[in-house]
Amino acid sequence: MSGPATSGATIPAGSEPKAALRHRLAERGVDRTLLLVLPAALAVIALFCYPFLYGLQLSFQPAKGGALGAYRQFFSEPFSRKSIWATFSLALPASLINVGVSVPISYRMRREFRGKRLLLALLVVPITLGTVLTAEGILEFYGPAGWFNRTLHLLGLADSPMHLTMNYTGVLLSLIISGFPFAYLLTHSYLSGIHPSLEKAASTLGAGWWQRFRYITFPLLLPGLLTTFSLCFVLAFAVFPSAMMVGDPNGSTHVISIEAYQAALERFDYAQGSADAMIMTALMLVVLVAVAVLRSRLYRGSTGGKG
Amino acid sequence: MSTVTDMTASARTPATRAGGVRAASQLGELRLRGMSRAYGAYTALHPLDLTVRGGEFVALLGPSGCGKTTALNCLAGLLPLTAGEILLDGKRVDTVPPEKRGFGMVFQNYALFPHLTVRANVAFGLKMRGVPKAEIQRRVEEVLRLVRLGEHAHKHPGQLSGGQQQRVAIARAIVMEPPLVLMDEPLSNLDAALRLEMRSEIRRLHQEFGLTTLYVTHDQEEALSLADRLVVLDAGRVSQIGTPAELYEHPADPHVAAFMGYRNLLALEVVSARGPEVVAARRGLRLTGTVVGDARVTQGQQVTVAIRPEDVRIAEEGEPRVAEAVAEIVEYHGRVLHVEAVTADGDRVHLRAGREVRPGDAIALAVDAERALVFGAGGAPAGAAEPGGSAEPGGSAEPDEPGGPEGSAESTGPATLAKSADSSEPGDSSEPTASAESTASAGSGESAEEGSR
Repeated sequence: MSGPATSGATIPAGSEPKAALRHRLAERGVDRTLLLVLPAALAVIALFCYPFLYGLQLSFQPAKGGALGAYRQFFSEPFSRKSIWATFSLALPASLINVGVSVPISYRMRREFRGKRLLLALLVVPITLGTVLTAEGILEFYGPAGWFNRTLHLLGLADSPMHLTMNYTGVLLSLIISGFPFAYLLTHSYLSGIHPSLEKAASTLGAGWWQRFRYITFPLLLPGLLTTFSLCFVLAFAVFPSAMMVGDPNGSTHVISIEAYQAALERFDYAQGSADAMIMTALMLVVLVAVAVLRSRLYRGSTGGKG
Repeated sequence: MSTVTDMTASARTPATRAGGVRAASQLGELRLRGMSRAYGAYTALHPLDLTVRGGEFVALLGPSGCGKTTALNCLAGLLPLTAGEILLDGKRVDTVPPEKRGFGMVFQNYALFPHLTVRANVAFGLKMRGVPKAEIQRRVEEVLRLVRLGEHAHKHPGQLSGGQQQRVAIARAIVMEPPLVLMDEPLSNLDAALRLEMRSEIRRLHQEFGLTTLYVTHDQEEALSLADRLVVLDAGRVSQIGTPAELYEHPADPHVAAFMGYRNLLALEVVSARGPEVVAARRGLRLTGTVVGDARVTQGQQVTVAIRPEDVRIAEEGEPRVAEAVAEIVEYHGRVLHVEAVTADGDRVHLRAGREVRPGDAIALAVDAERALVFGAGGAPAGAAEPGGSAEPGGSAEPDEPGGPEGSAESTGPATLAKSADSSEPGDSSEPTASAESTASAGSGESAEEGSR
């Protein structure tokens, strides 16, 4: 017993009267419970980090042209270079429309009204449909002989069928149908986090509905909207099945993921496919970082009533 | 947004403040006529008639769920009325949306805009009204100086303490120089010391700005000390309307009495009645009391007798005794002790004792006849037999609670004293009817809880 002679009965023999190991580890920011994360972390490393790094090094080993040959090839070929434009021209409008439309809808959906649950279910159901199912539906419904065009024809609104599939419009429609539920659910939860008394206070201070939205609700919602935008953008940027099925994969909707797919699995040029995928990742990161920087400049504190 | 109604136009006029004290308020008279609000079958607020004169400080007092916040929200326009009308200087305003009423409102949770600085919060209303920038700046600086927040103007609400946030909320409401300021339990989120400080702050701002204030609270002491006039609500109905002194001295029914610090509400039976003097008894209790108002009581009738703890004494030798009891709980409150004593038959009596009393001591109790108020059975609320449960007046926590109404007279100062004195006469034409009918109606003893809150 080297420890001081306090109530020694409770202290195990030979131990210094110091804090428990858990507390000492906690002092240094170590939480042993977090070791439970290890299996998941290993899975992430095995299933994501390794393939990513493998692809990265593969992209620097093309058959010809040195280490950066595959990248040079991508940017020198107009057809593949244009896939950047094709991807952005789909992903940006799709995510902007999804976020933009979800704001007024969730704004109105805050209050209770008859049929709210039904409407909510209708808005969210597309999330349960796979992209392929959505694409097939679009083909059937919006196709040249689909119900949409037949209805237009019956009503005498169009002489010849509108071309809504196998082109840019079809892919955009598909991205909106599958992306909107995400945007709506996120926006709705951000919006319900804003205390209703703030708008009431604004109205007693003379603000009409537009001023209340413009000066109170929108600024408080904006960080959430940027996050929503980022998620929608990532989803839309990686568009593949719908670009193939309802789009024009060798023309206006020749997006980067199709370019990478064709390089790797149709031409069996794995180095080129990996390089395309890396370019896609880099472009996505640029947008996400830009949004994150923008978001960090906004007010992001509490949105409750107490300020 | 382009059109601004007459009411808000008055808020637009630049401040004509020569000295520190402004002369008259902008409001002549606010009249509520049968204002009521129902949620489906449930009536949160029964028709309320009330006239508030310019410069008056009126408190709506009642337990939670009595409809007082509903009344305030109806006034602010945040809740539509089910019936009745609101007249501001003769013009109907209950059909006007909240943003065009131009009333200032202080919310219970302050509802400050978290993304704006203190200055921008206060300037918000003026900006919405399109007041020129230079004038906004001048008025905001002035109000912030008045609420002593000048050096915090650049901070966000999240960086302020509760009391400071509360002052921002008040500043934001009064910078508009509104004809009417509505305050919804603005002090309930503050600690006891800060509450006292802010109480006098609110009264000071009310006077300095010549405001007309409608103040909702469940704290009788707050209401007594702040208000020129009180409206006591119970289950959506008015129990009594009157000055603090009127309510404190002459509560109209046991419910008001309970709120005014009459913690002892005893259900007794009349033994003999001679004029206003009544002898009532039950089991181990027997006392002489005074009938309230013109009510007639007859022998054998059930009555509720209300007595303040400070009016119950430990009986002197040879004095007639109300009851013999055993002290059960003794609380130390500085100069006096609060004693909760139990009679042999289980009735609880609260009293103040100046001398040493220990739990378990047998004590004899005495009450002066004029201090025991006797209410006819019709006025007895459901919880009359259990005084502690029905309402817990804040007075119990205060060492010298009798100072309540006198204290308000001191804090009001000579200016408002004169005002409240003259105010109690001319407008009385509307009040007695309101309080009389409500006193009658309050008798039904409804104890419905307000579901909307």
